[in-house]
Amino acid sequence: MTGFKTLKEKAIAFDRANVDTDQIIPKQFLKRIEKTGFGQYLFYEWRYMADGSLNPTFELNQDKNQHASILIANENFGCGSSREHAPWALLDYGFKVILAPSFADIFHQNCMKNGVLPIALPKEQIVQLLEKGKQQPYQLEVNLEKQTIGDETGFQVSFEIDAYWKTMLMNGWDEIEITLQLADHITAYEQALR
Amino acid sequence: MGQSIIEKIWEQHIVHQEEGKPDLLYIDLHLVHEVTSPQAFSGLRMKGRTVRRPDKTFATMDHNIPTDNRKVINDKIALNQMTTLEKNCEEFQIPLAGIDHPDQGIVHVIGPELGLTQPGMTIVCGDSHTSTHGAFGSIAFGIGTSEVEHVLATQTIWRQKPKTLKIEINGKRQQGVSAKDVILYVLSQYGFDFGTGHVIEYTGEVIDHMSMEERMTICNMSIEGGARAGLVNPDETTFSYLRGRKYVPTGEAFEQLVTKWQSLVSDEDATYDRVITMDAANIAPMVSWGTNPAMTSKVTDSIPTSSDYETAVEKKSLESALKYMGLEEGQKIEDIQIQHVFIGSCTNSRLEDLREAASVIKGNKVHPDVRALVVPGSQTVKSLAEEEGLDEIFREAGFEWRDSGCSMCLSMNNDIVPSGEHCASTSNRNFEGRQGSGARTHLVSPIMAAAAAIHGHFVDVRKMVERQPVR
Ligand code: SF4
Repeated sequence: MTGFKTLKEKAIAFDRANVDTDQIIPKQFLKRIEKTGFGQYLFYEWRYMADGSLNPTFELNQDKNQHASILIANENFGCGSSREHAPWALLDYGFKVILAPSFADIFHQNCMKNGVLPIALPKEQIVQLLEKGKQQPYQLEVNLEKQTIGDETGFQVSFEIDAYWKTMLMNGWDEIEITLQLADHITAYEQALR
Repeated sequence: MGQSIIEKIWEQHIVHQEEGKPDLLYIDLHLVHEVTSPQAFSGLRMKGRTVRRPDKTFATMDHNIPTDNRKVINDKIALNQMTTLEKNCEEFQIPLAGIDHPDQGIVHVIGPELGLTQPGMTIVCGDSHTSTHGAFGSIAFGIGTSEVEHVLATQTIWRQKPKTLKIEINGKRQQGVSAKDVILYVLSQYGFDFGTGHVIEYTGEVIDHMSMEERMTICNMSIEGGARAGLVNPDETTFSYLRGRKYVPTGEAFEQLVTKWQSLVSDEDATYDRVITMDAANIAPMVSWGTNPAMTSKVTDSIPTSSDYETAVEKKSLESALKYMGLEEGQKIEDIQIQHVFIGSCTNSRLEDLREAASVIKGNKVHPDVRALVVPGSQTVKSLAEEEGLDEIFREAGFEWRDSGCSMCLSMNNDIVPSGEHCASTSNRNFEGRQGSGARTHLVSPIMAAAAAIHGHFVDVRKMVERQPVR
């Protein structure tokens, strides 16, 4: 994972509630052996027509939404199974931040573990952001260090994040990295065993 | 104040502790299989990391392995997962019991069988039924793919200390009441989430007198009660099971281990967050009739009716379970017709399970409307059973005799129950679609499955077994 402190990138208005992990990545793609490459199957059922062509009405397929890395969605994002393939698919597609009024527990955890930043904002703020995002290509600036989100028109709000995960994400550490910093303890434990 | 075995093992494995964080726990044994590991290995590769302790890691393939013909694997995706595991094990120097290896089998069957599983250990695997290994007095639990990667890289895992739950089962079992019935009975009484956040310690006269195979069956289904893990205190039964196994030290070294293991046993004055006590005399052969393992009744009972439940949520879940199962409220369990019998899975596919089932089958024929298969838990179980002639008994009765694997427990290979048909299964999960889309699973013990195979419907196996009252 590469750490980020601030990120200024395109945001997509994805005005849907209760988006479950089956919709994020359908089960027929779980037999793959890679962690990468799931991006092409992200939102598969919505994104493609029955004949395999792109569904022109789907948010991700609209011209103004290309190369976005921030997803603005509605409540209970990521509900359903515990599959880690969901954050893998989002990340592989290019999403680094997801904004929503609420997230499903396990999905939220899985995102952090995989370097995707899920930010919960009050419903009114999400409604505002969705409106802006629907109009034109829309850019947001996410400052993880200061815990703020803003745009060029002066919109500015702050958000909450667990201190442990903030450190991890800012440094681009994953849990393994953190643990490896304790390698001396592990070695000492192993030596005491002998 | 005394300590329970759970607390003792936990404390012995803490590598690092910090305010406001889970404990960093050392892992003694990491078991790996083909389905939940590929992304973990590629994660390591992407970061240029290695496996810290390949010597504490052991892999096999079981989930989507064919059990009929191993020479021809038609499922390209399954084949890819298997060859990927082979390559990963080679690259990272991890011992592997692959498709052609005599030690191959269901991961939770071969761990104990090879003596990899030992008392006092912390054991993980990317599979929820890792709880099986608790039968030896170890803390064993399932983990996700990110955590598989974490354990590979660091040999540790972050975990909050669990709560403790003691289940004491006293009295004597009636003959024909198996370990499977005991755990199904616990689930039927306490539901599918009573163990949430807890590690269960099973104790009492009944557990003390159980064989290791039986204890494994009990611990295996701890997860069906929502528990993080389940275990049994190690005793002479445990030690004599382990003595002489492939990965266990011999001679003096083993006896030293025994002394160490004995010190792990829960202290008399140990306290628990919760205690449940029950009398084994109340337990009868059990049959699940619904879509979660707690939806289970005695074989002599009828399916509950809506009036047996108080809340609207419960009534609704009864209704939808029965709709899926194609059954009626109040229907007698013994009247449920079955079309398939599956004897296998990490719950009930060990030599003792097969012996018991064979003792019921012997001299009988599988009912003409029933397709029945036996899938031994490991290739070792398979060959030992063949030495005893058990395969002959099953074959003569009309059973298919297969190679080992998970098979019809989760139907990732070709062993599938067709939609709408009923299966008496010795496995552990009866969720919708588990044995195939629309498949209707009934969880039972091996002897109950054997009896159902003969009759084409469930029967009270107590009427068929003429053994001495057990233990
Ligand atoms: S036998 Fe069934 S429950 Fe056991 S490991 Fe295999 S799939 Fe899982």
